[in-house]
Amino acid sequence: MNHDDYNDKYIIDVLKDTKTVAMVGASANWNRPSFFAMKYMQQKGFRIIPVNPGVAGQEILGETVMADLDEIDEPIDMVDIFRNSEAAGSITDDAIKVGAKIVWMQLGVRNDDAAKRAEDAGLRVVMNRCPKIEYARLYGELSWHGINSHVITSKRRRLA
Amino acid sequence: MMSNRKPGLETLSVHAGTPPDPTTGARQMPIYQTSSFVFDDADHAASLFNLQLPGFIYSRLSNPTVSALEERIAALEDGLGATATASGHAAQILALFPLMHPGDEIIAANKLYGGSINQMGISYKKFGWNASFVDPDDPENFRRAITDKTKAIFIESLANPGGVVVDIEAVAAIAHDTGIPLIVDNTMATPYLCKPFEHGADIIVHSTTKFLSGNGSSIGGCVVDSGKFNFAGRDKYPSLSQPAPEYHGLTFSETFGDLAYTMHSHAVGLRDLGACQSPINAWITLLGIETLALRMERHCENAAKVASYLETHPAIDWVSYAGLESSKYFDLRKRYMPRGAGGVFTFGLKGGYDAGVTLVDRCELLSHLANIGDTRSLILHPASTTHRQLTEEQLKAAGAGPEVIRISIGIETVEDIISDLEQALTGLELATVAE
Ligand SMILES: Cc1ncc(COP(=O)(O)O)c(C=O)c1O
Repeated sequence: MNHDDYNDKYIIDVLKDTKTVAMVGASANWNRPSFFAMKYMQQKGFRIIPVNPGVAGQEILGETVMADLDEIDEPIDMVDIFRNSEAAGSITDDAIKVGAKIVWMQLGVRNDDAAKRAEDAGLRVVMNRCPKIEYARLYGELSWHGINSHVITSKRRRLA
Repeated sequence: MMSNRKPGLETLSVHAGTPPDPTTGARQMPIYQTSSFVFDDADHAASLFNLQLPGFIYSRLSNPTVSALEERIAALEDGLGATATASGHAAQILALFPLMHPGDEIIAANKLYGGSINQMGISYKKFGWNASFVDPDDPENFRRAITDKTKAIFIESLANPGGVVVDIEAVAAIAHDTGIPLIVDNTMATPYLCKPFEHGADIIVHSTTKFLSGNGSSIGGCVVDSGKFNFAGRDKYPSLSQPAPEYHGLTFSETFGDLAYTMHSHAVGLRDLGACQSPINAWITLLGIETLALRMERHCENAAKVASYLETHPAIDWVSYAGLESSKYFDLRKRYMPRGAGGVFTFGLKGGYDAGVTLVDRCELLSHLANIGDTRSLILHPASTTHRQLTEEQLKAAGAGPEVIRISIGIETVEDIISDLEQALTGLELATVAE
């Protein structure tokens, strides 16, 4: 897997196969990037479960914050990591343990060793991207702000 | 296209930014002639204003027809994103707006469109922005002029009024050595001839008024970001790297990653400077871009023929067209613009200023006006028109001395263009003697 340049189909498949996301490092502060991403993805129909030991038990956008991934007692499709690249290593190992299908590391977060462990365990990995931005780009919403979607199509784009 | 083939420039010119309308299925881009867009409820409005949700609020910030143009130009330049503006001049200010604060400066080439030299040299001072101009023929001139206040370098890939090509890679390397972005005005070359991002440019500006719209009907501009210049954590660029108070402490480079510059250009630049492009102009420009490649091919072919004709004419002292082997920019041009040397160039009349005034007066097919990049052939005497606010020294530096004529060759039958010039030049070889 080339983690420098993902093709659109790979990202679309990852997003299509995701319903429930555990967001590690979710913040309750409305102007943090994780809050933006959580709010946006909820609006697009994803279930987001915030994980953050510092604010465990509190609520963010209607969801109770979990202290760590093992506490979640429902299947998780994606673990979305809003922590630094080093911390992403052990979070990835936890994601493998809890049976997640996808590990996603946010913009600026990249851990190639962890990605290799996840891929060896059969997970798919996306690094240094934001699912909110990718979703909005691929479904045409970022084009509304002048961003190049790289999508060329003669079919109507339907918002999923 | 879901295959891994990268679409060609001609395909992008027709398709990029304009999939069928999601609501109606309209295949051509609709003109969304509306000032504003409804909110679903207070929470939706808050999400939009907080930049948490992409969407339309008010057409000063973004508009569906205008954003289609933005995406198309971004795609043609292989950029990350683009911001359309009211004019090319507005694009230049908007491009610098996220980078500059009072007391900051840019280093610009002295071979630029005369209007840009005025804008940067005089009007920018009112913002507390300084510009210094250097001869781009020696790229090291940029390095020598850089100070710790320098926030960007600005050049034209193919300079107006003509014939001058800048070594983009050499200038980009100097900019990056100092950790500042290179801004390239790609108006004259267009992405058909030159792709500045492939040569290290970070930001591209366009006057879409010219070859992009291509038919002399609509004023417009655009700023394109490559997304490659990293603003995160750079104290030199606080607008992007530090919390924005009006967005409650949001930091653009952190929240939007490589989209930061383009997001800022809309959410702050267009919001506060207000120089947005109108939907109708964006629509006309989209229509024009569909035929960019076909037109540019003919502009270049016709211009090469006219330049060769003029080079041997007895009334003419010199022709500066980077498509002629006599041009000192011939090799640079082949490297950066392999498909042609563009449609605009200059030549010098032996008869000087008076012969220039007479020539433009006599033309019947070529139009005497201050534009370039039209389907129609255009002719201008810069010293008596566009460049008349410049000093003698600036005129010479900009390649617009008293004897200089600028022409923008259109896509008419080339023999008709040559024939019009032939009749207009008759007798002018004697003008020097008569003076
Ligand atoms: C190279 C170049 N840049 C910028 C401009 C300014 O563009 P506008 O007239 O659209 O403001 C022009 C216009 O002549 C130009 O030729």
